[in-house]
Amino acid sequence: MKNYLYVFVIFCSSIIYAQDCNSILIGEIVDFHDNSTLNGATINVTGKNLSTVSKENGKFTFKNLCDGVLELEISHPECTTKFITVTINGDTFSEIRLEHHLEELTEVKVIGDVPKSTNSAQENILSVKDIERNSGNSLGDALKKIVGVSTLNTGGNIVKPVIQGLNGSRILILNNNVRMQDMEWGEEHAPNVDVNANQNISVIKGAAAIEYGGDAIGGVIVLEPLPVVRTDSLFGKTQLNLSSNGRGGNITSSLTKSYKSGLYIKAQGSYKKLGDLEAPDYILSNTGINESGLSLNVGKRDFEQGWEGYYSYFNSEIGILRASHIGNVDDLINAINSNIPSVINDFTYDITQPYQEVTHHLGKLSYYRRFEGFGKWTTQYDFQQNRRFEYDIRVGDDADKASLDLRLTTHSVLTNIKFDAKEGFDLKVGALGRYQTNFANPDTGVRRLIPDYDKYDFGLFAIGNYELNSDWTIDVGARYDFSRIDAKKFYKVSRWEERGYDVDFADIIIEDLGTQLLTNPVFDYHNFSGTAGFHYQINEKDHLRFNYAFSQRAPNPSELFSDGLHHSAARIELGDLRITSETSSKLSASLERNTNKWGYSVAPFLNSIKDFILVEPTGVEYTIRGAFPVWSYRQTDAVLLGIDAFLYSNWTSKIRTDHKFAWVRGTDTETDTPLINIPAANFTNSITYTNPKWNNFLISLESQYVFEQTRYPDNIEVFSPEQQENVILDINTPPDAYHLLSLNTEASFTLKNKNDLTVGLSASNLLNTNYRDYLNRQRYFVDDMGRNISLRLIFNY
Amino acid sequence: MKTSTTMKRNKTLKTVLALSLMATVMTSCSSDDDTPEIINEEEIITTLTVTLTSANGTATLQSQDLDGDGPNAPVITADNLTANTTYTGSIELLNETESPAEDITEEVEEEADEHQFFFSLNGSLTDVTYSDEDGDGNPIGLEFELTTGDAGSGSITITLRHEPTKPNDGTLADAGGETDIAQTFTVVVE
Repeated sequence: MKNYLYVFVIFCSSIIYAQDCNSILIGEIVDFHDNSTLNGATINVTGKNLSTVSKENGKFTFKNLCDGVLELEISHPECTTKFITVTINGDTFSEIRLEHHLEELTEVKVIGDVPKSTNSAQENILSVKDIERNSGNSLGDALKKIVGVSTLNTGGNIVKPVIQGLNGSRILILNNNVRMQDMEWGEEHAPNVDVNANQNISVIKGAAAIEYGGDAIGGVIVLEPLPVVRTDSLFGKTQLNLSSNGRGGNITSSLTKSYKSGLYIKAQGSYKKLGDLEAPDYILSNTGINESGLSLNVGKRDFEQGWEGYYSYFNSEIGILRASHIGNVDDLINAINSNIPSVINDFTYDITQPYQEVTHHLGKLSYYRRFEGFGKWTTQYDFQQNRRFEYDIRVGDDADKASLDLRLTTHSVLTNIKFDAKEGFDLKVGALGRYQTNFANPDTGVRRLIPDYDKYDFGLFAIGNYELNSDWTIDVGARYDFSRIDAKKFYKVSRWEERGYDVDFADIIIEDLGTQLLTNPVFDYHNFSGTAGFHYQINEKDHLRFNYAFSQRAPNPSELFSDGLHHSAARIELGDLRITSETSSKLSASLERNTNKWGYSVAPFLNSIKDFILVEPTGVEYTIRGAFPVWSYRQTDAVLLGIDAFLYSNWTSKIRTDHKFAWVRGTDTETDTPLINIPAANFTNSITYTNPKWNNFLISLESQYVFEQTRYPDNIEVFSPEQQENVILDINTPPDAYHLLSLNTEASFTLKNKNDLTVGLSASNLLNTNYRDYLNRQRYFVDDMGRNISLRLIFNY
Repeated sequence: MKTSTTMKRNKTLKTVLALSLMATVMTSCSSDDDTPEIINEEEIITTLTVTLTSANGTATLQSQDLDGDGPNAPVITADNLTANTTYTGSIELLNETESPAEDITEEVEEEADEHQFFFSLNGSLTDVTYSDEDGDGNPIGLEFELTTGDAGSGSITITLRHEPTKPNDGTLADAGGETDIAQTFTVVVE
């Protein structure tokens, strides 16, 4: 059984035409790879009391149908249930792809030929197996399985996804169709999502999916629950993971009740606890994590209309490496020059300062209605609240006070209409309204790094795809976004003058308080985005995709307003009010082959970004407490050029190898220097042995080689008060290349139902290698995580 | 048939109404429209003044940083010292962002067991000894004696640590704690 099924649906309208309901629909369900037919698939016509099962030859038939649009629900024991709409209108032939999630152990390996948000962009999906294997990790760790996705870490638990070299606000995370508003602007702000809450995770590289937002210059991560089958059923899944590194684990459980009427209710919860993580040679003191998540889904889906209510809660308390808390630039110089961390304590589960605690609430209500001969109207309201506390090491009366306390509240209303009545041509138009308010609590007693602000967004988009013929599909889209940010911010008079704001922004001062100024910056941004591309199916095995995406992103609050000492990072971060939107033009292409024996995907891209916003170390500022490194935001023109390549081969029915390579080169074209924080090239190879006869036994060995990043900006020279001379602050030099091995094995057993228990054992960093990664902000202080052996038990019921 | 359509329509209307109502309520609850409260960071030390007294007279070393974490560097001044002399030193700490200036020295004295100054010497400055102690008999450093060597140039780095390990071996590494002050003065010894 392979990844995809093709459903060939043949429409044979009867001789008697017009409004007589005598049309016949004949469909055939075929395996994508070996063209074998699939019997036993259940096909329901939603909203009508029609149901059938595909026969031995994979065929099914519905008679006496009226012309018009029908929605089919196709479920198969080994597939994810799929809803497709078909138009019955004369003799028609249409070919629809289904994603095939397997219950059996054969890997679901995907080359991007999966449920698509676009036809022409580079898209990849994460298999349910990969999600299960990363159940105890973060979303970023799980996404790393996808070629071209890497991570920006602050230690082992704060993991931000990086797509083709870009991260943060350039990546849009869509949680059950709600755009996450979780302060993604900070380098030490990880996405506030539980990787276990959604089992359908895909990545769209680049801004082609403009339906979701016009500013996703890096890409879009789509998290969705698996669709619920319309039958009377109750099922659940519980997974337990135990890890040696961190001496803890997590448990996640979900329960789904569905009814034939289309009503469903689903609840899911997770809890995770890890103590201090360990590098090969020492404990990484204060790197524990407590995390809990909860989600609830209630809805009803019918052909004509449907609704859904969704609520999710996520809370995480994450320790920040104690040794990364430094006083001033001399401490940083000493830390960089020393091979061992300044603080190593005994292992503990306790999390103390510095640490962060983040809570995210997300609520959504959505409704859709289908109008015959017209299309489908969908509307959605969502609410999010993100509360972030950052606790630093403070002394005296303030010891237990947070240094940063932000509350970000967002309301969004979305609506769209999809015109799909015409076969082979879909048009979707939509609008978005959003209000966001940030409150920075003054009780911290620390000057606000991010100010209070209100933000208003309004967007309009239209996207279409047109099937020229069975081989060519064309995507086009356009979008306009208006965004206004209205902030109230205090500036120190000295900073105000140093930045030259007294010349450029004198009119936004609303109150002069002596040493500080209260200002009211209000900025409007008008951003346009557009995309065009094609998908050419060369033959059954080969595909070619090409996409051009133009996108603009307004600066985020951190880029505009950051001002002051970021205590936990011991660095002064300076935004700039003059920063404007950045504009990206990205060309991407992919050539793919997918056969039973082997397959590949080669996907080059070129992303040219005008007014690219970046933050980098620029010098030091002196205070009575010593000197602190200054990280400043600036804009420049940049080009990112790269390639993601993937190859697999089934040597026998039991042995398979996978090979992945990703490379990206980032250049500041104004100064012709390398960009900061561009992931190093990496090359991953794995060999997997599976034997379905031995309880679906699987064992795989993976080798990951990460090259040394040889292109990086120059280090900066600073005056060291301690040494009383100028020294080079070696803050940009990347660490050496490294090679890691990991092992994974699993098998499934039958307790009550077939293969309802899966047991897996994995080891990452098998050889306990000492290494540091360029994109880990704690690389100055400590080695990365050592060996981790983890056991997982997955029980379906 | 008609009734069912009407009912459906009513239902839809209700949903839309409920949604907008919710949005309104939530918006009004979370609105923080008012002017934000100003934050004046407390316990800031802007000024460190070291008074060095010998039989030959008085010399002063001062570091003044009125904008705290702001862009302006501290203004450092240091008088010349006399060679081969022992000075009696005392330290005064002020927060000059407030008016009148707040004397932080008193706070350090009151919480003497939670504070300690550390001195690091170079060149023509040869020796420093503590002249004061906290309730547990450990040094504080608000009072000290400084000895100069032959004429030339020298430097003294003064570090104030809050909540250090006490007692310690006299090194910053062993003391730990949080740095409240770290200033270096280059002096001419003549």
